[in-house]
Amino acid sequence: MQMPEPDARILSRKDDLVAQLKRVLPGGAVISDPAETRAYECDALTAYACPPLAAVLPASTEEVAAVLKICHAAGVPVVPRGAGTSLAGGVLPTADCVILGVARMTEVLETDYDNRFIRVQTGRTNLSVTGAVEEDGFFYAPDPSSQLACAIAGNIAMNSGGAHCLKYGVTTNNLLGLTMVLMDGTVVELGGAHLDAGGYDLLGLVCGSEGQLGVVTEATLRILPKPEGARPVLIGFSSNEVAGACVSDIIKAGVLPVAIEFMDRPCIRACEAFAHAGYPDCEALLIVEVEGSEAEIDHQLGLIKQIARGHDPVELREAQDAEEAGRIWLGRKSAFGAMGQINDYICLDGTIPVSELPKVLTRIGELAKGYGLEVANVFHAGDGNMHPLILFNANTDGELAKAEALGADILRLCVEVGGCLTGEHGVGIEKRDLMSDQYAPADLEAQMAVKDVFDPGWLLNPAKVFPLDVSEARRGARLAAE
Amino acid sequence: MRPTSEDELSELVAGATGPLHVRGGGTRSMARAGPGEVLETGGLTGIALHEPGALTLVAKAGTPIAEIEAALEAEGQRLAFEPMDHRGLLGTAGEPTIGGAVAANVSGPRRIQTGACRDFLLGVRFVDGTGAVVKNGGRVMKNVTGYDLVKLMAGSRGTLGVLTEVALKVLPSPETQGTLVLHGLSDAEAVAAMARGLGSPFEVTGAAHLPGRGETCLRIEGFADSVCYRLGRLADLFAGHEITRETDPDAVAARWRGIRDVAEFHGKPGDVWCLSVKPGDAPEIAARAGADEVLFDWGGGRIWARMPEGSDLRAHLGAFAGHATLVRGSEAALSALPVFQPEPAPVAALSAGLRRRFDPRGVLNPGLMG
Ligand SMILES: Cc1cc2nc3c(=O)[nH]c(=O)nc-3n(C[C@H](O)[C@H](O)[C@H](O)COP(=O)(O)OP(=O)(O)OC[C@H]3O[C@@H](n4cnc5c(N)ncnc54)[C@H](O)[C@@H]3O)c2cc1C
Repeated sequence: MQMPEPDARILSRKDDLVAQLKRVLPGGAVISDPAETRAYECDALTAYACPPLAAVLPASTEEVAAVLKICHAAGVPVVPRGAGTSLAGGVLPTADCVILGVARMTEVLETDYDNRFIRVQTGRTNLSVTGAVEEDGFFYAPDPSSQLACAIAGNIAMNSGGAHCLKYGVTTNNLLGLTMVLMDGTVVELGGAHLDAGGYDLLGLVCGSEGQLGVVTEATLRILPKPEGARPVLIGFSSNEVAGACVSDIIKAGVLPVAIEFMDRPCIRACEAFAHAGYPDCEALLIVEVEGSEAEIDHQLGLIKQIARGHDPVELREAQDAEEAGRIWLGRKSAFGAMGQINDYICLDGTIPVSELPKVLTRIGELAKGYGLEVANVFHAGDGNMHPLILFNANTDGELAKAEALGADILRLCVEVGGCLTGEHGVGIEKRDLMSDQYAPADLEAQMAVKDVFDPGWLLNPAKVFPLDVSEARRGARLAAE
Repeated sequence: MRPTSEDELSELVAGATGPLHVRGGGTRSMARAGPGEVLETGGLTGIALHEPGALTLVAKAGTPIAEIEAALEAEGQRLAFEPMDHRGLLGTAGEPTIGGAVAANVSGPRRIQTGACRDFLLGVRFVDGTGAVVKNGGRVMKNVTGYDLVKLMAGSRGTLGVLTEVALKVLPSPETQGTLVLHGLSDAEAVAAMARGLGSPFEVTGAAHLPGRGETCLRIEGFADSVCYRLGRLADLFAGHEITRETDPDAVAARWRGIRDVAEFHGKPGDVWCLSVKPGDAPEIAARAGADEVLFDWGGGRIWARMPEGSDLRAHLGAFAGHATLVRGSEAALSALPVFQPEPAPVAALSAGLRRRFDPRGVLNPGLMG
């Protein structure tokens, strides 16, 4: 994965820049010692790392604005950072950039149950947003598996999803408003406790823009009353095709589960070995969860079981109590961890039309064989968001490159069948150079035009999302102008 | 001009030498028709794809909503964002198109719980102001590949591009529906009651208050037993109030269609404004508006206000959190007041910047949105 060469002129002015930053931030909030900047060298895509020039940890919107003004004036690129759990290399630094972390901005600013929202600083973790309201019977719906660690800042930038978004939507559907700072230091408020924009939906545009349009410092999030109850059922099948057909039939029947998760045999085995969740040893496994009162749950699960039985399941297990429900979810939730124990892996994130599921799984198997690699599949089946995990050994020369090549082939396959490169992890650097497989030049031009408007100098997280050759002229214009 | 293909539309826009007046069915036109030639999308029609098992539908922008709703109904599905039909309120004729609903981000009562049109929009194709054909998003439910121009296009009313095709997420229609009607509440009591309903786990999918009738309505949808159960639980929350339950599905549907289309105001004079506010602010804001008649939807978050012709609602309110749109304006109002809420300077600068980039020659509905 290529990154632009650092700008030597910026590197040579490091001391001056650090001194300026220290004037607007309290002691300890500017990190420039190479021993310490290492902590910011990568995100969860650990194959790529590069310590930044410096990292700053402002504590307020005003401090963020002050930092950005300095960097803007000095022509220094800035990479906004939440918790650093991006799987796409979204916060990978360049040696000439400043990492702007929101980790010190974790306050709850307002909770309003009558109007069902919470306003927080964006450094707050996803889970602790729910934590702030759950005693009062509310929750924040988007639930990425990384929710213990990831920050609302990153969730907004990546428009993150989770297991329950089939019913509740992803971040953008639960984001009501935000405060952000543009690269030149201008503070902008979008949305609020009311719904929808009076003019253009800039809130919707900023959500998912991967830290390239502004630094988001505060967010107003929709909170929802907790359902009366929830219960999962586990269904095992003897083939992926049958499991796929079952998903489609459940959706067609008018039941709308909160989650439909899918795991294939390699994944089931690894999870079982790791978490001892009591999964059957079969080709494909679905976890379907529904919500409501006891009677409502019984009714919906009754329908789902009836549909599943029509597909000859090898196992059909309904959670009898909270403990069993926990066990059913345990395996799924530890899938990435389980894989990590036995292998290095790359986690893909393409989305496909649900109807293409069986075909795509077969093709993935064939592609993997061609590369001599193994792929385990775990994903959100209700919405077609796949997470093929490509297993490889990082210590074997050339295996990473091989795994990446397989990953690119699988993502191209997703696009080919009518899907997309990424359903929730974002483009970052990882899928940057595949963007031209999904989008024509005019499509990319329209997106880059948006960045031109928000960040004319292309200083915010500039080397992400767009293929480097496609964005070169714009990034180059900045360098030439200096 | 009425192109019948995207290519033709692209050529027309590229070749335009003056302003174009972009129109779907022409049923939602709010501002005065500016100068320029009318560019209709009605020649771009047809459902390109409907996959019930994947909850997706793709249609050309000029496809009548009625055609889409009929196709969905045949599979027991629907457009969950419940697009309002503006004809009764605006006194317009014609056939509402899906592109028009998307371009105006038109959502009905279910918006409060299930989401707006923009939340169900999966992908778009459009022709920008230079004639370039652009696609964004796709037809899958989860997609974060690049910037979300899909959201930007929803509600941009043809000022950034002319939609040619839209992909939507659709949902199964519920088995049945019911309404709980509370009688005789003041605006403040009604908003508090709606907050209680919406804050309960019983999945209220509509919360409206009609002061003229003294009715506060909460809608429940789903499987029959579940609707019955939840209406009961909901009624328990309001013990001591005068309550009626409406469970005939046709009557329930008709009631909410009326709320969706603001039927209370049909045939009555005056300007009509639509406000989006924090629900809890609604009673006070409505009182300050000086309206002849108001109606609350979205638990209070949306206020419909019928005002004397030419009165400046925004001036009556002063600063408030939210926005007000002049949906039906008299000549007096339209000549003096902007249709859309003026934006704070930094936001206005971004909006203007986007317009300059997507429509550098200023040919697409110039002036409509600033
Ligand atoms: C084990 C594991 C499981 C995961 N599961 C899921 C999942 O189920 N669903 C899912 O969607 N994702 C998942 N992820 C990916 C990741 O957690 C999400 O992308 C998350 O939202 C990133 O949040 P973060 O705070 O760590 O952001 P970071 O990694 O710090 O940053 C992510 C992006 O946000 C930008 N950014 C950060 N802060 C700001 C800001 N203040 N303003 C503007 N831009 C900013 C960055 O520049 C970067 O582009 C998973 C990751 C891991 C490691």
